[in-house]
Amino acid sequence: MIRFERVSKRYPNGREALRDVTLQIGAGEFVFLTGRSGAGKSSILKLISLLERPTRGTVMVNGQDTGGLPARAIPAFRRRLGVVFQDHQLLMDRPVYDNVALPLIVSDTPFRDIDKRVRAALDQVGLLQYERALPLELSIGEQQRVGIARAVVARPTILIADEPTGNLDHALARDVMQLFKRFQEVGVTVVIATHDLALVQEFGQREIHIADGQVIA
Amino acid sequence: MITPSIWFTRHIQALLAALGRVLRRPMASLLTTIVIGIALSFPATLWLLVKNAEQVTGGIVEAIDVTVYLKTEVPLEEAEKLATSLKLRSTIDEVTLIPAEQGLLEFRDRSGFGAALDALPENPLPHVLVLRPAAAHSSADEVEALKSDLAGFPEVEAAQVDTQWVRRLAAILQMLEDLFAAIALMLGVGVLAVIGNVTRLEIGARRAEIEVTKLVGGSNAFVRRPFLYEGLLFGALGGLIALAITQGVMFALDLPVARLATLYGSEFRLAGLGATEAATLLLVGAGLGLTGAWLGAARHLSRIEARG
Repeated sequence: MIRFERVSKRYPNGREALRDVTLQIGAGEFVFLTGRSGAGKSSILKLISLLERPTRGTVMVNGQDTGGLPARAIPAFRRRLGVVFQDHQLLMDRPVYDNVALPLIVSDTPFRDIDKRVRAALDQVGLLQYERALPLELSIGEQQRVGIARAVVARPTILIADEPTGNLDHALARDVMQLFKRFQEVGVTVVIATHDLALVQEFGQREIHIADGQVIA
Repeated sequence: MITPSIWFTRHIQALLAALGRVLRRPMASLLTTIVIGIALSFPATLWLLVKNAEQVTGGIVEAIDVTVYLKTEVPLEEAEKLATSLKLRSTIDEVTLIPAEQGLLEFRDRSGFGAALDALPENPLPHVLVLRPAAAHSSADEVEALKSDLAGFPEVEAAQVDTQWVRRLAAILQMLEDLFAAIALMLGVGVLAVIGNVTRLEIGARRAEIEVTKLVGGSNAFVRRPFLYEGLLFGALGGLIALAITQGVMFALDLPVARLATLYGSEFRLAGLGATEAATLLLVGAGLGLTGAWLGAARHLSRIEARG
């Protein structure tokens, strides 16, 4: 499902974020990427979502070598991926409903399907009653859940999240993680970067530990 | 799979969204459209000036007469024969014979040299033919050729035609047309720049939205579409304003021009923009808007990439 073969990533500023990383995540797995800030967790997620390209090595996603993907094929590639960000990247001037519908709109989904699926996604994260609200009228935890609804609305096979609980207290963070777990239970591959070790232990899933740009365990 | 109806819906949506954004900032949008409208109204008005000038001078240009002075020894019958044969030519519309006697009478009446003429032993004037070239053969060059042809006739003393002023008039009209082309080109580029800049500002203001859209898999075409529609709208609305300005100018000039024409004994009336010309103006506006937005979007959208 996701495979890194001897992947290195050096940014234009010279920082070497990943060094010779090889890892494999199977279909339907639930994986925590752990490590300190700057260890390279975000870089791995950016390489999976093609926000960055590897300096060396091969990144395979869904059986596809992403290195061979031309720039114009990237939008279609991203539509098959659900991504949740720490700062949730919502459009603050649009209602919750519009934010969640965005991935469906860019993929030319018919109207009646959009409505059905947006409501289903909002229902899954428990925010159906807030569909007309603006993101700023919601709490931080609720905003994060809007981001999750947006990530899953197009029914991706892979869901990746970068510090999705970074701004949440422990109870809210646990709720959000449980949400991710439920998606994994219906067959979605879930990859979550986090430094919340307590939460990782509590959930007891596979953990890939990154330190200094390398996979430790 | 994208069905045609979804494609169509998406475009209608982008158009409505663009319209919404234009209307949400009425003041800024109005200023933009006015600038475009004024820029477009200059060439449109100049075009009307050229068109009307051609119309008003058309009648004059066609009326260049060739005056043929026969030799004094040519008798009247021969002059009449020559007139009849010339009349048969397809390049000549009309031939008027002014016999020497009539010429003398007219000259006497008009010149005030009556007494002096009476002192002359005989009529010094020749018979004269005045030729009006056919409308299809009235260009300065053709009339000039006709003149040289006639000058070679044995009966002809001299043929005269004043094509100089016709050439000058044609040159002035040509210059106006060139001026129109130059101004249209210049202001067209200006409109492109204005719309390109509006697009640039709009892209800057909606940077976050563009980033997020690319993040969730929006293609470049999807991201670009609303800006193109906005440019198209600005251009078309600008064209509409230009149309109003141009017709307004024509309306204001209509009466004074008619009055002036009457003083010259002419029925001439100013012609405004016809339906085809009005449609062309709107299309040119919309086309410039679309192109300007395209250029602006191509330049500035490529700099915005999704980031995590």
